[in-house]
Amino acid sequence: MDFLDYAFMQRALLAAVLVGITAPAIGIYLVQRRQALMGDGIGHVAMTGVGLGFLLSASPVWMATLTSVLGAVLMELIRWYGRTRGDIALAMLFYGGMAGGVMFINLAPGGSNANLTSYLFGSLSTVSESDVTAICLLAGFVVLVTLGLRRQLFAVSQDEEFARVTGLPVRALNLLTAVTAAVTVTVAMRVVGLLLVSALMVVPVAAAQQLSRSFAATFAIAVAIGVSVTIGGTITSYYQDVPPGATIVLLTIAAFMALTALAAPLARRRARAAAAGQPAGDPAECAIPASREADGTVGV
Amino acid sequence: MGVGALDEPGIEPVISLRGVRAELGSRPVLRGIDLTVARGEVVALLGANGSGKSTAIRTIIGQVPVSAGDIELFGTDRRRFRDWARVGYVPQRTTAAGGVPATVTEIVSSGRLSRARFGVLRKADHAAVRRALELVGMADRAKDSVNALSGGQHQRVLIARALASEPQLLIMDEPMAGVDLASQEVLAQTLREQVAQGTTVLLVLHELGPLEPLIDRAVVLRDGCVLHDGPPPQAVGQHALPGHDHVHPHENEPLRTGLLS
Repeated sequence: MDFLDYAFMQRALLAAVLVGITAPAIGIYLVQRRQALMGDGIGHVAMTGVGLGFLLSASPVWMATLTSVLGAVLMELIRWYGRTRGDIALAMLFYGGMAGGVMFINLAPGGSNANLTSYLFGSLSTVSESDVTAICLLAGFVVLVTLGLRRQLFAVSQDEEFARVTGLPVRALNLLTAVTAAVTVTVAMRVVGLLLVSALMVVPVAAAQQLSRSFAATFAIAVAIGVSVTIGGTITSYYQDVPPGATIVLLTIAAFMALTALAAPLARRRARAAAAGQPAGDPAECAIPASREADGTVGV
Repeated sequence: MGVGALDEPGIEPVISLRGVRAELGSRPVLRGIDLTVARGEVVALLGANGSGKSTAIRTIIGQVPVSAGDIELFGTDRRRFRDWARVGYVPQRTTAAGGVPATVTEIVSSGRLSRARFGVLRKADHAAVRRALELVGMADRAKDSVNALSGGQHQRVLIARALASEPQLLIMDEPMAGVDLASQEVLAQTLREQVAQGTTVLLVLHELGPLEPLIDRAVVLRDGCVLHDGPPPQAVGQHALPGHDHVHPHENEPLRTGLLS
């Protein structure tokens, strides 16, 4: 446990735990609304914020928060109004965001794409004291929204049209989901990196689905997976001197594959149990009528 | 422009559409619809595909914007209407599932949010969710994932979700689409009980089917206009097609579902 002796590792681990909680917590709603790749888009837009942070000598984390929130709101507006050309508009937003980031960082005094790398793929040693403060505040917001409004977000993400008729403020909730996803991207940016953050929003949820039948259980398992892989990945990254973002994402995918392998026999057993519990009139499998089976034996 | 007796004073309409126009893109889908549903009435919206019946329903709930005309719910302009707990809505769906597993109870609980303050469900709310599940005969599946259900059971879950707020008005968009015979009978029975309690119902149907004995009035749309408003017609749309020659059951006749078998 010697890694805990270093202040930078303490900061990195704290940030990693917060990422492990927040990314699946908002990701589950994105997966539920079948917008699994929204986090990826926001990550691209956040690059402009990082670049602006360098250019204006401001905090890249806060600048990235600002631009990704604006980008997420814009994506939501495009979804409302630009039905037909929506995907083209989104593509321009994503690649414009990425190009802007590269441009601004090269315009910054002494800036080059090398500065960008730690934001793109994550880095342990660069999580600063002020980053940790920002990450804690932002993570608090994400947890508050994803847990506090879970019933409303569930309803809107499950069936937007129905949610409107329950009187929920559907547009406000959609905007809040987008903003929360944007905030999560910047929480995860320092540890996992902008290009890999979306994996941590989606894959733990997909892995949890292999085991769960309810939304509540999927949420809990996804967060548990998220925290396990971010802690595991951060420690591995420290000892093996490999990039943390890539380590965490590969661990998450390994967790998904392990759970999928584990779930297959579990599902079979569950199906058998369900079949055994079924009333006689509703068999789960096609059964040969007893009389015909008897006929068959006679024939042979 | 009204529909006779229903415009008489003293009967407050639950739904009132006057001269409603709506476009999808630049294509006019509703071209001046009048529709009134009185308290306790069961009205079926019929018509071929593309006649505008789903759009008409979706203007009432505010999902499709209206370019002209007035819509009132319980005597209140729809834009100012806030009392959504009085309305139960069953959208046109083939599945109740989303991108993440959810149990039957979790889905049906969403329908109770209109009565729950700040999204907090209390004991009475959980009891109402359970009652709604019992109404559609799904109480024994409450903890199951909706992914494990059949098409008809999905529809029963969607209807339970609409009933969870104990609404006075049920709006349903093709509730019988893709529903197996057993579920059709359960749904017809559920609806019969609701109607007996005085619930007002407006539903889009492709064919009258097992619900026919319940229906007071049919409104037939064609190309975004009201073609017929009165007693359920003998044969429209799919019914008129050859090979669709079933006998229409009349009052006091047993429930007939054979046309779908």
